[in-house]
Amino acid sequence: MVTQVTSFSRNGLSDWLIQRVSSLILLAYFLFIGVQIATGIDYTSWRALHDTTAMKVFTLLAIGAYVSHAWIGLWTVFTDYLTEYMLGSIGNVVRPVLQIAVVLALVVYAIWVIQVIWG
Amino acid sequence: MLQVSVYRFNPETDAAPQMQEYQVETGGKDLMVLDVLEMIKAEHDASVTYRRSCREGVCGSDGLNINGKNGLACITPLSDAVKNNKLVIRPLPGLPVVRDLVVDMSLFYAQYEKIEPYLQNNSPAPAIERLQTPEDRAKLDGLYECILCACCSTSCPSFWWNPDRFVGPAGLLQAYRFLADSRDQATDERLAKLDDPFSVFRCHGIQNCVNVCPKGLNPTRAIGHIRTMLLNRAA
Repeated sequence: MVTQVTSFSRNGLSDWLIQRVSSLILLAYFLFIGVQIATGIDYTSWRALHDTTAMKVFTLLAIGAYVSHAWIGLWTVFTDYLTEYMLGSIGNVVRPVLQIAVVLALVVYAIWVIQVIWG
Repeated sequence: MLQVSVYRFNPETDAAPQMQEYQVETGGKDLMVLDVLEMIKAEHDASVTYRRSCREGVCGSDGLNINGKNGLACITPLSDAVKNNKLVIRPLPGLPVVRDLVVDMSLFYAQYEKIEPYLQNNSPAPAIERLQTPEDRAKLDGLYECILCACCSTSCPSFWWNPDRFVGPAGLLQAYRFLADSRDQATDERLAKLDDPFSVFRCHGIQNCVNVCPKGLNPTRAIGHIRTMLLNRAA
């Protein structure tokens, strides 16, 4: 049975709001990175950019937004399509397994990003 | 001759549903789809089963999937539905078929019941009606006209995937009808029951409901108003 226990915030309004705010943060981040790349970068300028505290905070904000956005989106997809209603009893096995895989991947991404920008 | 293809299924005798073909002589008239079904039942096959009652778009009994689009058979003219002289009639999608074009609406009604579709006001009843200003009454326009035909909810993929948890466009339109009513006093309790990840927030705004509503109503807009009320309540 699908329950909301594994949803990001256990609350529909919070999840909905986080999904939209995180998408704006990601849009701002990727636009900023896009502009940097378009205007020309080399290793020195790229390194200097990411050494600033502001950029580290921005990147950390972006990975936080990425993790929450991805989890809310995929949780919705999983609880739509990978359910007992859609797949029979196997749905109740497939969904948690994929959810754990996604959580692990997102945690690894987050730790990796933190290590890259602060390592 | 109009080529009509009708979904047939009797769970008691048939292993699987099948489409049955009929040739119907319409005499070149722009009949309603229900008229064609009545002609099939009267002249070709009396066993074809469907619901109908008022035959004028008021009772909401004959919601069907007509050439791929949900609508009321009684007010859908052939000129709107028929493509290449072919009319394909199926039951409303996503609900269990009882027989032929008749679906089990229990899940749909369960969601309607969930939103408590009645006025809740605990103040002493006045000697006359509970009055509204014309402005407050106008807020119910576009909401109260719903006839619960289920065309919208059964065209909504979110309702197909989670019919037990997502209230669906018809139920949410009625939820907002009572949220918007100046005489109702249960606004906070109603909103609290809609704040989970499924009841309202499974709507992704694809507007299939708006596209098919035979009464021209806009459940997506009502759902947007409910979201705004939830936001304001949380702020």
